[in-house]
Amino acid sequence: MWAFINKLRSPKWFYAISERLLPWFWVAAAALILVGSVWGLAFAPADYQQGNSFRIIYVHVPAAFLAQSIFVSMAVCGLVYMVWKIKVADMVAAMVAPLGAAMTFISLFSGAVWGVPTWGTWWMWDARLTSMLILFFLYLGVIALRGAFASRDSASRAASVLAMVGVINIPIIKYSVDWWYTLHQPATFTVTGRVGMPMEMWAPLLIMVLGFYSFFIAVTLMRTRSEILRRESNKRWVRELAGERH
Amino acid sequence: MTLSLTPKRKQRLFVILGLVALAAIAVGLTLYALRSNINLFFSPVQIAAGDAPLERQIRAGGMVKEGTVARDPESLDVAFVVTDYVDDLEVRYSGILPDLFREGQGVVVVGELQPQGWLRADQVLARHDENYMPPEVAQALEEAGYAPEDYQAKAAEVGKRMEAEQQGATQ
Repeated sequence: MWAFINKLRSPKWFYAISERLLPWFWVAAAALILVGSVWGLAFAPADYQQGNSFRIIYVHVPAAFLAQSIFVSMAVCGLVYMVWKIKVADMVAAMVAPLGAAMTFISLFSGAVWGVPTWGTWWMWDARLTSMLILFFLYLGVIALRGAFASRDSASRAASVLAMVGVINIPIIKYSVDWWYTLHQPATFTVTGRVGMPMEMWAPLLIMVLGFYSFFIAVTLMRTRSEILRRESNKRWVRELAGERH
Repeated sequence: MTLSLTPKRKQRLFVILGLVALAAIAVGLTLYALRSNINLFFSPVQIAAGDAPLERQIRAGGMVKEGTVARDPESLDVAFVVTDYVDDLEVRYSGILPDLFREGQGVVVVGELQPQGWLRADQVLARHDENYMPPEVAQALEEAGYAPEDYQAKAAEVGKRMEAEQQGATQ
């Protein structure tokens, strides 16, 4: 395991290993999202109170999971970059930020669309919605900070620090519905294993969540590969690679 | 070139962890100080204790008490009682209620508290709990004497806790 991680720190190794992994994640993402969305949108039963508008959960929850997971992964990459100075970690952190911002936007937007028929409003400044909006701004801040420096090293360090400090927001998002009175309901899936829905409802949701995670890994590997080529374009192995493919 | 923690790396790790810990403490203290402002709504217990201002726009929340919804057949006027199973709050509203509004359902009402102790609502929002089920399952549960009342139990628990806190504060 350690040997594998030690190899991944080399951009050349990362490039080689990710080439083999990439197709599997693309296939898994496509298959899981296809099966999950058809099952969830067409075959899963409607909710006893909300009817069909409940099906928004099949996009809303996976997007919200990913929005938070991507931020944590960005902070971990930032820590690895700052402590061990591993360049690949910084490349991954730079590449996941726009996807995380997109997922945060999707979860906010789908939540607003869901809020209109159920709550009777599309927005309310409750703790869950506001902390999620702050997550969106943190993503934009990380992206903007990275673009604001002329030197790549300064940009990477500033973005890493913001990601590591910003990760404090993640437990606030998670526990906001337990700590304060909110309009948003508590979590349907809990760590203790209590699931607030029957199997024919959560099975497609689980498939969608796994599909979104596969999509995230596939996109990250693909974008990091391009970033490796871009940043290492003056290295001999990259030039040889480019030469052999001409 | 291994991943071991050299003294320099260890120092950087501690500086970063210290920075994040300090920031977390700062955020935690801020949120703790602002806790009553972060709550989206006053619960009936807090309103009964006089925590909510009169004749200013506030939000109150709880469950619609069973058997209290009274509609005026001539207009859109509706009156109901919001409860946290400790104290009750009477709400009067004129307008269209959300689809999920029903007795036993969580609601958040936006409006002004009147000196007589009832709340004139401008807006009624429905809450829903974290449980989802197909209609047939809900019906079967209801026939068997169960209902998805996890949230109600929680509301009651929160109400009791707040009451205990207030009693502790006044002593």
